[in-house]
Amino acid sequence: MLCDVCKTANASVFLTQIVDGKMQKVNMCEACSKERGVTDPTAFALADFLQGLGGAQEVEQLGGGQPQQKCGTCGLTQMEFKKTGRLGCSDCYSTFADGITSMLSGMHKGSSHTGKVPERLAKRIERDRLLKELQQHLKKAVAEEDYEEAASLRDRIKELEVVV
Amino acid sequence: MPIRNILNKTSDWLGGDGPHHQIVVSSRVRLARNIQGVSFPGWAKKMERVETMERIRPQVEALPEMGDAFSLPCQELSALEKQVLVERHLISREHAARGAGSAVVMNRKQNLSIMINEEDHLRMQAIRSGLQLKAAFKAVNKVDTELEASLDFAFDPNLGYLTACPSNVGTGMRASAMVHLPGLVLSEQVNQVIQAVNKIGLAVRGLYGEGTEALGNLFQVSNQTTLGESEEQIIERLQKVILQLIEHEQNARLSMLQHRPTTLLDHIGRAYGILKHSHSMASKEALNLLSLAKLACDLEFYPEAWRVAVDELFMETQPAHLQKGSQQKLGPEDRDVLRARIIREKLAECPSPAGEAVLSRIPKAASTKRKKAAGDDLLEG
Repeated sequence: MLCDVCKTANASVFLTQIVDGKMQKVNMCEACSKERGVTDPTAFALADFLQGLGGAQEVEQLGGGQPQQKCGTCGLTQMEFKKTGRLGCSDCYSTFADGITSMLSGMHKGSSHTGKVPERLAKRIERDRLLKELQQHLKKAVAEEDYEEAASLRDRIKELEVVV
Repeated sequence: MPIRNILNKTSDWLGGDGPHHQIVVSSRVRLARNIQGVSFPGWAKKMERVETMERIRPQVEALPEMGDAFSLPCQELSALEKQVLVERHLISREHAARGAGSAVVMNRKQNLSIMINEEDHLRMQAIRSGLQLKAAFKAVNKVDTELEASLDFAFDPNLGYLTACPSNVGTGMRASAMVHLPGLVLSEQVNQVIQAVNKIGLAVRGLYGEGTEALGNLFQVSNQTTLGESEEQIIERLQKVILQLIEHEQNARLSMLQHRPTTLLDHIGRAYGILKHSHSMASKEALNLLSLAKLACDLEFYPEAWRVAVDELFMETQPAHLQKGSQQKLGPEDRDVLRARIIREKLAECPSPAGEAVLSRIPKAASTKRKKAAGDDLLEG
């Protein structure tokens, strides 16, 4: 078995860690394991390391194991994503959404963006958020048989939808 | 503007006058952006890449910041020119390896550079001297806002800016500071500090980024994650850690002066001797010795006037910079000879380090510095 890092020497250090109920494995040769500080297990986080390897092992779980799944916009397959750790285009994020979401949660501080929003999208995003909120209120109003409230909510939703 | 005008001029941010410039060499903030629905450069066919570049480049050139810019497709740059830009951190090593369909645009001051079709369609970077992360972010953020008016950037309300590698998704921002930590290296505390910094989600890398050696006691500290925090939060967090690193480095230096002055004087004195008298010097050795010379400047072992010379030598002795100043093709051995000569000539008039004089002014280990292991408070923060 070859070392996952240098891919030349034979692996002699086998590391398994369970993080968030997921098992992750790395095989390394002695030189690479020393270099990465694997000898001290407390200081070594496998997750960080996998991230450095392009999340190769994580990617395997993507999309429920359909290696032939393909992005409709750019034609990237799951196999290719797995190989390079890079996506083909911005639409790949929705094509491979399931797998990417779980991959991101192990990679980043949070799972949703809280930073800058492009100006031209800011309005639309705010409107979508408001629309969602109103629809939830509408559901609630209907469930509570508050038809007066429901009617006014329905009108506001219609108004917002017209702006599209 | 022709490329040689850029190459013959030193970068603005190398001037070394930013806040905390003794320890923080430079601050950089990079944003990654992509065009909606267009294949990322690594996956696109050559034709597509060329098309995307032709779409993006005029917009970038039209930026008010790029009024005096230099702009060229990568294949029109010679290998040497690319290497010089890499040594100045104006383009990445990866970008230097790219050919048709990639381009680089940078301003005359060389504190703003934009790579087109690197790993992402756009990699925009602002550099400032010293610790100026906020200023660098402000500059690059302005460029981003200007470009988004004419370019349709891929953005998802939940995931933020979409990038070729999922590790950049969200803000698409990498903020980093280049720090000079000879005190922590000499007192063998640096690994401890690096581990502490790693644990709080920041990356520490060598001089030229991922997978490079920490030559010349220079380290790059940057954010590891890009999703879940705003740009300002990331920069704030990084800034705090850098300020703590500065304090640790200063403590380490003071502690060396108080407790191990002979070791310190010996290191600095030997560096001085070798820099002034060697006739062949490899790049690695030069960086490590220049680091000691820089430390000696900070400790006032040399008159302040010598700081500029030492700082300039860091850049001038890099392989591509040596080749650039030479008429004929240099082999590695020729470069080592030339490097030693440049250093000898530049430091010819530099006086011996005034170590003893400085030491006599240092209070004798009077205050017992808090005996906390370096790096502990980083974890608390």
